[in-house]
Amino acid sequence: MPVQYYIFLSIALFCIGVMGVLMRRNAIIIFMCIELMLNAVNLLLVAFSKMWVDAGRIDADAAQLFVFFVMVVAAAEVSVGLAIIVMMYRNTHSVDINILSRLKN
Amino acid sequence: MIHLVWLVPFLPLLGFLINGLGRKYLPKSLTGVVGSGSVLAAFVISLLIFFEVRQPGFTPQVVTLFDFINVGSLHIPFAFQVDQLSALFLLIITGVGSLIHIYSTSYMHEESNEGFARYFAYLNLFVFSMLILVLGANYVMMFIGWEGVGLCSYLLIGFWFRNINFNKAANKAFIMNRIGDLGFLLGIFLMIQQFGSVTFSEVFEKVPALGEGSIILFAIAMLLFVGAMGKSAQVPLYTWLPDAMAGPTPVSALIHAATMVTAGIYMVARSNVLYSLAPYIQAIIAIVGVVTALLAASIALKQNDIKKVLAYSTVSQLGYMFLALGTGAYTAAVFHVMTHAFFKALLFLGSGSVIHAMGGEQDIRKMGGLKKWMPVTNITFLIGCLAIAGIPGLSGFFSKDEILANAFGYNKVIYALALIGALMTAFYMFRLYYITFSGKFRGTHEQEHHLHESPAAITLPLIILAVLSVIGGYVGLPEVFGAPHLLHEYLSPVLVSEHPHHLDHTLEWGLMGLSTVLVIVMIFIARGKFSRYEDTGAENTGIAKVLENKWYVDELYDAIIVKPLLVLSRFFRDGIERSGIDALVNGVGRGVKWGGGRIRLLQNGQVGFYIFAMVIGMIVLFVISLFL
Amino acid sequence: MLTVLLILIPLITGLITFGLKGAGAKALSLLSSFATLVIAVIAWQQAATAPETLQFVAEWIPQLGSQFNVGLDGMGAMLCLLTAVSFPLIFITVYGREYDRPGAFYGLLLLSQAGLIGVFTAYDALLFYVFWELALIPVYFLCSMWGGERAIPVTFKFFVYTFAGSLLMLTGIIYIYTQTPEHSFSWTAFTALQPGSTEQSWLFWLFFVAFAIKMPVFPFHTWQPDTYEQSPTPVTMVLSGIMVKMGLFGVIRWLLPVLPQGVYIWQEAAIVLSVIGIIYASCIAIVQTDLKRLIAYSSIAHIGLMSAAIFANNEQSMQGVQVQMFNHGINIIGLWMIVEVIQNRLNIKNMQEMGGIATHAPKLAIALVIVSLANIALPLTNGFIGEFLMFSGLFQYNAWFAAIAAVAIILAAVYMLNMLQKVIFGEANALTSTTADLKTGELLAISVVIVIIFVLGVYPKPLLELVDSTTAMVNAAAWVK
Repeated sequence: MPVQYYIFLSIALFCIGVMGVLMRRNAIIIFMCIELMLNAVNLLLVAFSKMWVDAGRIDADAAQLFVFFVMVVAAAEVSVGLAIIVMMYRNTHSVDINILSRLKN
Repeated sequence: MIHLVWLVPFLPLLGFLINGLGRKYLPKSLTGVVGSGSVLAAFVISLLIFFEVRQPGFTPQVVTLFDFINVGSLHIPFAFQVDQLSALFLLIITGVGSLIHIYSTSYMHEESNEGFARYFAYLNLFVFSMLILVLGANYVMMFIGWEGVGLCSYLLIGFWFRNINFNKAANKAFIMNRIGDLGFLLGIFLMIQQFGSVTFSEVFEKVPALGEGSIILFAIAMLLFVGAMGKSAQVPLYTWLPDAMAGPTPVSALIHAATMVTAGIYMVARSNVLYSLAPYIQAIIAIVGVVTALLAASIALKQNDIKKVLAYSTVSQLGYMFLALGTGAYTAAVFHVMTHAFFKALLFLGSGSVIHAMGGEQDIRKMGGLKKWMPVTNITFLIGCLAIAGIPGLSGFFSKDEILANAFGYNKVIYALALIGALMTAFYMFRLYYITFSGKFRGTHEQEHHLHESPAAITLPLIILAVLSVIGGYVGLPEVFGAPHLLHEYLSPVLVSEHPHHLDHTLEWGLMGLSTVLVIVMIFIARGKFSRYEDTGAENTGIAKVLENKWYVDELYDAIIVKPLLVLSRFFRDGIERSGIDALVNGVGRGVKWGGGRIRLLQNGQVGFYIFAMVIGMIVLFVISLFL
Repeated sequence: MLTVLLILIPLITGLITFGLKGAGAKALSLLSSFATLVIAVIAWQQAATAPETLQFVAEWIPQLGSQFNVGLDGMGAMLCLLTAVSFPLIFITVYGREYDRPGAFYGLLLLSQAGLIGVFTAYDALLFYVFWELALIPVYFLCSMWGGERAIPVTFKFFVYTFAGSLLMLTGIIYIYTQTPEHSFSWTAFTALQPGSTEQSWLFWLFFVAFAIKMPVFPFHTWQPDTYEQSPTPVTMVLSGIMVKMGLFGVIRWLLPVLPQGVYIWQEAAIVLSVIGIIYASCIAIVQTDLKRLIAYSSIAHIGLMSAAIFANNEQSMQGVQVQMFNHGINIIGLWMIVEVIQNRLNIKNMQEMGGIATHAPKLAIALVIVSLANIALPLTNGFIGEFLMFSGLFQYNAWFAAIAAVAIILAAVYMLNMLQKVIFGEANALTSTTADLKTGELLAISVVIVIIFVLGVYPKPLLELVDSTTAMVNAAAWVK
């Protein structure tokens, strides 16, 4: 399959993620959208890696290592983020992020 | 003896230090001895120097003490110059000075111990400064003395410092003098620029190279003359001198009649080489002199304060001296300085004796008939009046006649004006004399009870000065008398560029006779009007009121100088400083704060907004990197 | 080595003083200031005979090409001497006073002394800048913590103002540094560089504004009256007596030789600003009712004259400026001493409420009269020598400027004499009739000032000869027209 297909899919995923983060107020949905963006990038990394390997650059498969890094970091981030969201829910009984703007005062 | 000349100013300085530092501990008698003794000792040394200088063939000698200012090619040594002119002034200053010091021991005796010592310290400091002024071998030294005497004058006018009006008079004197000093200082700078030196001998050597009528020469001469106007109370800087009468009377006699105010004449006479090459400036000097003489004499006609009359008379006489300088008759000016020192000091000390007897009263309308109680003061005062009026045979006659004769040779109009001034002088002096000493006593009963002749420490200086006022004129007999003009011969090595106007002998006799007859007429008019003076208390009107109010010159200066300066200063303070520059500076601070407040609003705490801004930013960067 | 000692003694004792309490802090700071004075006198003697022995160089930040390079020329030695003389006088004057947290108060004063001496000795631009700020920062804390009721906003303004100037200067220093071939901050490298005239023209302003704020020259002066008014008097003494000399010193050491063409281009503008400042400040001084502000404005006028004389840059004016830097320092410290005493006794600043002090405190009155007269440059006081030479030098440069500036000698007489009249003469009122005369310590300090006033007024030769070499250096560096 030509690499363009992957690119288009990943752009679509990324844009959905961005729009979700921008539009939604529910913290959990925003989180999922962030995951969506990360995975869009992961998909691209894998696709380009495959492309370069097919083109004869043996060492290019090292790029797939980054995907694991991203996954690990995302997992860590989710654990911290979910913890914050849980605390937030306990305090405010809501997961609406705009309520948190009260912090500024 | 000449190399010991530094002792002459040093002794009064020593007196100043002893009296100033020991004012708490010294008894009055010791203070008086130190104060008078130091000046008297200086007089003795001056006398010895004078006899040395008198020898024919004496050349000016410079005694350098140390380098004062040494910058590159500019050398200003702390040096004294002894020549005929400075030796003569030394004699006048220390001689009259000693008499006045002795007089003061009695006059100021009612002061507290500390005040008495302070007074003598100031007086000694004054003598020191004045001696520096006349002894200095360069213009900077002269300027040191020049400002020094101004300071002492300030301190002594404001001697009774609890009276705020006296302080104001002192301030006025100092500030007006400083206006003159500014001119003097600029003149010195111009000299440094042109000649690279301020030493008399070097400057006078280089002056002729500039050529007669050079603009720079005019500027130097004019600037120095501005200094002289301030110090010697000439129009338009004369108004401080009458106010200076706030000081103790002996101070008025010493500083504001005999010595300090003649510093301007000394300066111009000293720079005669320079002035003779600047004829326009000489004309200005002559005109300023005659205008001052007339203006001050006219004011003196209507003053009722005994010291004010004498003060205006001093201003007027100084005007005559400048007239003489302006006509090129330097010797006549110095001659008049000398005779004036005698008779004006005499008059002031006499008035002090009167004020002392009257318990501090200075208004002549409240006096009268004093000759009954104060015979010595009466006689000596009368001699002083006769001398200043110019009665033949007394000192004032000879010096004034010489000035008038020169004025006649210079310009007939100026002569006429000067003659009118001389007649006014005779009139107001005898008005003063008759109102004070003859008629009935008009003071309170208590004052009458206290009237007495003053003690010997006061009358002795009066008698000595009276004698000098009589005989002082014989050192400068007019040419027509056939006798040599001793003073002229004595001073000729210094006043090299003198060119007196020689008149035809018959003409000179005629002028002399004319002025004498007119003066005697004026005296008789004054006698007729005032010998039985009664104080009616009537207000003056018309021109008399204008004269009584001194032509409203003080008010005029207030309106055109003092007030605008204050308005300008307030405008600077409130208009420019506070609401201009400082507001601008604070405005920058306030602007930053305001801008910060506006930008802060972007930080609204909406996470969505932040992310949105971030995404927009990324897109913009993306677009830029793609298309640019 | 002496030069380093001059900086180290106040620096180290200053740091120690922070830990001390009460009398200990006072005693140590006094002791330290005397030690500095002794060293400064020795250094002064050496500066006259063998200035090269006072040079000290050590590696500092070799990566940047910056060295710890200190030394003393005539002017430096003179200003160090001024600093070293002033601090003991200040400490003696306030010895009887109690301040909160004396350890910190005296410690900060000593630190600023170290900074000041550093500024006057530094021959490395970066080092100069560091000391420049080191002198400033303690003063900021001193003003804001021990100052008057408006101290915080006023010191804030003062700090931001001077700091803004410093940053401009830093920019200029860094620019010149990058241009030097061997990337060096040393004074020799800076003076050897000589950038093109366009560069010099704008670089001039970076340096000039920094120095002009410090001096201060019109129209950069508005921080000064407020700060002088609000600071505790010992700090005002440091500020007006010594710290303003940093600006003048900076111009002579770092501006004239480094950017002679820039100076030549803007000379006239700088002089015009200075002359305007002289008249302007003198006029404002006339209508002041606050004693401290009056002295502040009189100081602006005096500094304006010094600045004008520096830019006239001829032999007489330069000698005059340097002599006057010393003498103005002494005189104004003397004035502040007396103000401090008056404040201490009466606790008022408004001159309208004073009067009659001469009756009850004659020594105080005499001291004030003498110092005031020195301040209006009466001959035979030290103020005369400098002003005479400066006016004369300015006159050689341009007679009209000199004539206008010299009007200030009349105005100075007006405001100083009015001040005397209001403060010490006249009848005493209920408040002033309680004025106690000078106490021993105060009398001692003021007597020293008065002795210096007369000695240098009559015999200025040692001072003139000391600064001779600097004048020669600066005049030679001046761009030949």
